[in-house]
Amino acid sequence: MNRRNLATIAAIVDRSKNELIRVPGAAIPGVLAPTIFFLGLNGVFGNLTQLTGFGSDSYASFLVPVSVLQGAGFTGAATGVNLARDIEGGWLDRLLVSPAPRWVLLTGMVVAASLRAFIPATAVLLVAFAVGAHWPGLDGLLLTYAMVAATAAVAACYAISLALRYKTQSAAPLMQAGMLALILMTTAYAPLRLLEGWLQDVAEVNPMTPVVDAVRQGFLGTIGWTDTWHGVVALLGMLTVMAVLSLRGMRRITA
Amino acid sequence: MSGLRANLRVVGALGMRSVRQTFRRPQLIAPIVIFPTLLLAIQTGGAGSAVELPGFPPVDSFLQFMLAGAMMQSLMLAGNSGGIALAVDIEMGFTDRLFAAPISRFTIVLGRLVGTAALGLFAALWFLAIGLVFGAPVEGGVPGALVAILLTTIGAMSIGGIGSAIALRTGQASIVQGLFPLVFVVLFLSTAFFPEQLMVEPARSIAAYNPLSFVVEGIREPIVEGVDAGDTLAALAAVAAISAFSLLLSARALRHRLRTGG
Repeated sequence: MNRRNLATIAAIVDRSKNELIRVPGAAIPGVLAPTIFFLGLNGVFGNLTQLTGFGSDSYASFLVPVSVLQGAGFTGAATGVNLARDIEGGWLDRLLVSPAPRWVLLTGMVVAASLRAFIPATAVLLVAFAVGAHWPGLDGLLLTYAMVAATAAVAACYAISLALRYKTQSAAPLMQAGMLALILMTTAYAPLRLLEGWLQDVAEVNPMTPVVDAVRQGFLGTIGWTDTWHGVVALLGMLTVMAVLSLRGMRRITA
Repeated sequence: MSGLRANLRVVGALGMRSVRQTFRRPQLIAPIVIFPTLLLAIQTGGAGSAVELPGFPPVDSFLQFMLAGAMMQSLMLAGNSGGIALAVDIEMGFTDRLFAAPISRFTIVLGRLVGTAALGLFAALWFLAIGLVFGAPVEGGVPGALVAILLTTIGAMSIGGIGSAIALRTGQASIVQGLFPLVFVVLFLSTAFFPEQLMVEPARSIAAYNPLSFVVEGIREPIVEGVDAGDTLAALAAVAAISAFSLLLSARALRHRLRTGG
C-alpha cells in the first residue's frame, strides 16, 4: 500500500471524525440504542438467571457482550446509510472520478466504522460496570474491543454492499434489521440449551454465536483459547465474504 | 352539518394519505411491522423458558404473553412514525398549504392521527394473525380479539398525538426521529415484555405506575385469559389520560405554530 492510498484512507476516516465533532448528535442514536437495550433487557429479563442451567448469577454480565456487539452492528449499518446519503447527494460520484482505487475508498469507510464503534462500546461497558457487570480483565477487555472493531467492519461491508445496490437511504431498515437479526439470533438472551427449538437451531449455525461466546467468556469467567479462536475464525469468515461483496459493489458502481 | 361533513372528508383524505405514505416508504413501515416482528420472534425464542419461572402467570406459551408487548411496541412506533411524517410535511411546506386552505386546522392533525390509528389497527391484526399461525390463540375469543384490536387502535392514536405535538412544536423530522430510543425506554419500563412481579428493580416499581402498563395489560388479558372488565376499563382510562395529555400538547403546539409561523 503506497503513501497516497494511506492518505486517502486517513482523509475518509478524518471526514467521519469531523462529522462526530461538528454534529455531536450524530453519535447519540448509536450510543443510546445499545445502552437502552442493555439497561432495558437487564431490568426486564434479569430474573432469567434463576432458570435451572442458566450458568450465571449476573444477567448484566451475560448481556453486555451482546450489547457491545449490537452497538458495533448499528455503527456499521450507519456507515451504509451515510453512504446512501452520499450517493443521493452526489458526493460518492466525486470520489469515484478521483484517482483513488475503489478498494481504498472502501477501506477508508470500513476503518472509520471500526473506530467509531469504540464509542458505543465504551458507553455500554461503563454503564454495565456501573450496574454490576463483572470486570473481564485486561485481556477480556482487549478481546472485546478487537471483536467490536471486527464486527463493525463486517456490518459496514454488509451495509455498504446494500447501499451500493439500492442507492437510497430507504434501504436503511434492511441494513439495521439484518445486523439486528444476525446478532440477536444467537445466545443473546439465554444459553443455547435454554433457547426455544427453532432459535437453538439458528443459533447453532449462526456465525455470530461464536463471536458472542468469545466476548462473553471474560465477563463470565476466564479467557480460553478454544472460544477465542472460534470467534476469530467466524469473524474472519464473515469479514471475507462481506468484503468481497462490498468490493464487487464498489467496482460495479459508475459515477 | 355540511361543515362537519367537509371536515370528515378532509380527515378521511389526510388519513388515507398518511397510510399510503407509510406503506410506500420502507423507513416508515419497517419500525411498525418489521422490527417488532423480529424482536417478537427473537425474544420469544430467546427468553421462552421464562414461563418456567416461579410466579410467571399461567399462559399457553411465551408467544401468547408477548403478543400484547409486540402490539404495544408497534403502536408506539406507529405514533412516532406519524410524528416524523408530519414533521417532514412541515419541512416540505405541505402543512403550510393545508393551513392556507379553507379547512379546520384541527382536521390536519386529526387526519394524521386517523392514519396512525389505521396503522395501529393493522398492527393489531398482524400480530393476532401471527399468534394464530404460531399457536397462540386468543383465549377471549372474538370479543377478546375485538377488545385487543380496539385498545391497540385507540392507543396508537393517543400516542400519535404526542408525536404530532412534538412535530408541530419543532417542525423538524430529525428531532421527532431522535425520540425513537425513548420509545424503548418507556416500553422497557412497562410490563410490555415481562410480568411486573418478575421484573428487576427499579424497572419493576416504575412499571407499576407507568400508564402504558395498564394499556398493555388491557390488551394482554383478553389474549391470555379472557376479557376482564376491570383491566379493560383501566386500559381505557389510561388511553383517555394519554389522549387528553397529547390533545393539550397538540393544541398548544398548533397555536404556537400558527402564531409564530414556526
